[in-house]
Amino acid sequence: MHIVTLDSDTDFDGWRQAARALAMNNVKPADVTWRVQGETADLFDDQAETKLPEVPEGTFSVPASFVELAQSAILHRDQSRFGLLYRLLWRLRSNHDLMTIATDPDVAQAHAMARAVRRDEHKMHAFVRFREIGRERETRYVAWFEPEHHIVELAAPFFARRFADMPWSILTPDLCAHWDGSRVSFTPGVAKAEAPSEDRLEEVWRRYYASIFNPARLKVKAMEKEMPKKYWQNLPEASLIKPLITSATQRTGAMIAEPGTEPHKPQKRVEETAMTRKPKTKESKAYDDAGDLERLREEAAHCRACPLWKNATQTVFGEGPPHAPLMLVGEQPGDKEDLAGHPFVGPAGQMLDRALEEAGIDRTKVYVTNAVKHFKFVPRGKIRLHQKPATPEIKACRQWYEREVAAIRPALVVALGATAAQSVFGKITPVNKSRGHVVELPDGIKAIVTVHPSYLLRLPDAEAKAREYERFVEDLKLAGAAMKRSARAA
Amino acid sequence: MELTRKLEILADAAKYDASCASSGTEMRDSSDGKGLGSTAPGMGICHSYAPDGRCISLLKILLTNACNYDCLYCVNRASSNVPRARFTVDEVVKLTIDFYRRNYIEGLFLSSGIIRSPDYTMEQVVSVARKLREEHHFRGYIHLKTIPEADDALIAEAGKYADRLSINIETPLETSLTQLAPEKDQRAIRRTMGRLRLKLDEADDAKKTIRKARPPRFAPAGQSTQMIIGADSADDRTILSTSANLYGAYKLRRVYYSAFSPIPDASRALPLQAPPLVREHRLYQADWLMRFYGFDAEEIVDEGAGMLPLDIDPKLAWALRHRDRFPLDVNKASREELLRVPGFGTRTVERIIATRRSTSIRLADLARLHVIRNKALPFIVLSDHRPAPATLDAAGLRTRLRPKPQQLGFGF
Repeated sequence: MHIVTLDSDTDFDGWRQAARALAMNNVKPADVTWRVQGETADLFDDQAETKLPEVPEGTFSVPASFVELAQSAILHRDQSRFGLLYRLLWRLRSNHDLMTIATDPDVAQAHAMARAVRRDEHKMHAFVRFREIGRERETRYVAWFEPEHHIVELAAPFFARRFADMPWSILTPDLCAHWDGSRVSFTPGVAKAEAPSEDRLEEVWRRYYASIFNPARLKVKAMEKEMPKKYWQNLPEASLIKPLITSATQRTGAMIAEPGTEPHKPQKRVEETAMTRKPKTKESKAYDDAGDLERLREEAAHCRACPLWKNATQTVFGEGPPHAPLMLVGEQPGDKEDLAGHPFVGPAGQMLDRALEEAGIDRTKVYVTNAVKHFKFVPRGKIRLHQKPATPEIKACRQWYEREVAAIRPALVVALGATAAQSVFGKITPVNKSRGHVVELPDGIKAIVTVHPSYLLRLPDAEAKAREYERFVEDLKLAGAAMKRSARAA
Repeated sequence: MELTRKLEILADAAKYDASCASSGTEMRDSSDGKGLGSTAPGMGICHSYAPDGRCISLLKILLTNACNYDCLYCVNRASSNVPRARFTVDEVVKLTIDFYRRNYIEGLFLSSGIIRSPDYTMEQVVSVARKLREEHHFRGYIHLKTIPEADDALIAEAGKYADRLSINIETPLETSLTQLAPEKDQRAIRRTMGRLRLKLDEADDAKKTIRKARPPRFAPAGQSTQMIIGADSADDRTILSTSANLYGAYKLRRVYYSAFSPIPDASRALPLQAPPLVREHRLYQADWLMRFYGFDAEEIVDEGAGMLPLDIDPKLAWALRHRDRFPLDVNKASREELLRVPGFGTRTVERIIATRRSTSIRLADLARLHVIRNKALPFIVLSDHRPAPATLDAAGLRTRLRPKPQQLGFGF
């Protein structure tokens, strides 16, 4: 039989050293008794070996997760913890994966101990209440706390990092921690009477506690689960718990039964904002074909012509000079456009900008819009998956395109992709058959069809991407030339 | 007015906002000796609990409860006769620091009634945070309510000082907001949430790219929102699909559900009854199923029904509707399948997956895996357990699994 005496209840290094020596000498867990300095010895210890055996050459390794677990579990107040951890160490030598087996009784117990320690540490961080003593330069903050496990050394650095600019002490029956502005020191435990018994702010804190409580939703068990009664004696606000519970039902009843009072008529000082402006209804204004673009935009902001507005953030209307010679029509706003409220600001927009520059077209002189003006998507967890707009949605939204064209009267319209082509031509129009030449529409508008820049983004291989990008730039060059011709003709 | 009285009024005015989280932000401390406070990225700290089961982590107050808006559900609506008060910026700053030094709180959650204009109100709220950070080097947690339609520069400044920003969507149905809160516009709320997300993304991207310039700090704990439950006619299906939409569109960290509760001097136009706490609880469970258990919003509520059952949790209800998928062999099933077993939490599933690599799982192991035994047993096969063939088909299974009525204990 071996007896190991550790320096203190939190002497992890001592335990580790002893456990290593014992394990390397093949001392079975059942043959070791663990003690802490100062405890009274057992009666039958006489024959026991109290000196640690010599450590033979060599070494053995344990998983890091075990060391981490042992460092927490050793702070548990249960006397059996040293033996349990040695038994785990012993067993780890023949089964290196032991720590992953959550169903093993030793592993489960060590985890339960570590959890209890961490919870106690967390509760200490939460429930320590400092009381201010002294005045001005002599001010010091002192707290009294009664931890369940040996956690004072574990929990103290948290307070040092948080309250670095004030001297504080946390007194407990086991051990006291002190901070002087540069380092944490520890002194032996003291009695509660050593700690201050009040603070000038506690009444204010209690008023806050009483006011933040909602008597209409009494959930006493939920409170007790997270703030067990054992902590109440050192919490200044806990004296209110009983009276608040007792009066809750009556207070709620009174709120429900109370007859309605005359509404208070306040003097409002409201500056009108978009928030307080009423949405304009469709009937409220009529536009001629050359209707003002700005008013059109305002009207479109409240469009409910198809259900897409519901899940989207906002209508993304076209943008550009009111009499731009060139109008680009895309499919619909994407994720980023929906959030920002501007067309072509996402990845496809960047691709378009690059291609326009290469084709010699100044983007600031182009009017950019979409065939469908709300983002259509399906939510998938944290992302929104783009969905192609359906014909009814394209049709419902076409009024806005028509009115934009009427207001701007561009020399040329470029439809980017099939959806845009469907809107611009008023019927399903295959992109590949129609691209590469200028088409005159029945209403006199000239149009060109090409792909949508997001198509280029989706192409998997680099070669196809480069080739298609070249074709896209060619189409834009054609558009640029056609625009200049029509502008001259006009 | 005496400060304590102001605090009573302005805390009472703030308590209907359920959010109190102090988690998920960046790591800060004051060990350089220059300031006060710290935060940890992982767990927040709840410094106290009120008998309503809600945690008290932040000093949750309004700057003023005077408000131009007349939102029927709100204790602070313009037409209410509740007493009004207003803190000065300095009073809030001092109170925050005084409370913080005594370890009562993790920081400040500041909101305000709308006075004068959204920009004026936002500027007042931001100036508290600015003073705390710039003058007092306060490094604790700050959550600011964002006023929809506030100027972009003010929002950027709010994000510079705050850990979290939030805007409440208020009602699950847009139409009910128009009726209940005539001055509010859900489209404006969404637009501002969209602006916040763009700024959050920008700050995230800046962190990922290696550059000399420091990234623009913007609300490292993200944005959240709150929906009031039971003030309008929206059913649970609508609520959950609104949540799914909000999570996807604006990358919200949390959607809080707040059961509509009787308030002092309540409007007669609203249902005055005990708040639907069980329903609220079920919605939180359903929300967890969407975020951590791989459920889609559409499948959580029974097809053809609009509401979640109140007597059993939504995962158990789903499993009872899909009995053909069970019993599931715990020693073989995929993670996705295990997550759908009633009584299995996410950590239980991780423990099972790690454990079964070395050894098979038996009946006696369930307690050590933290499984809710009675709830799980009819749905699982273990190396020494297989439910009797009739168990899953039994009509009485639901009744048998229904928990005994008791006071609801659920902490938020």
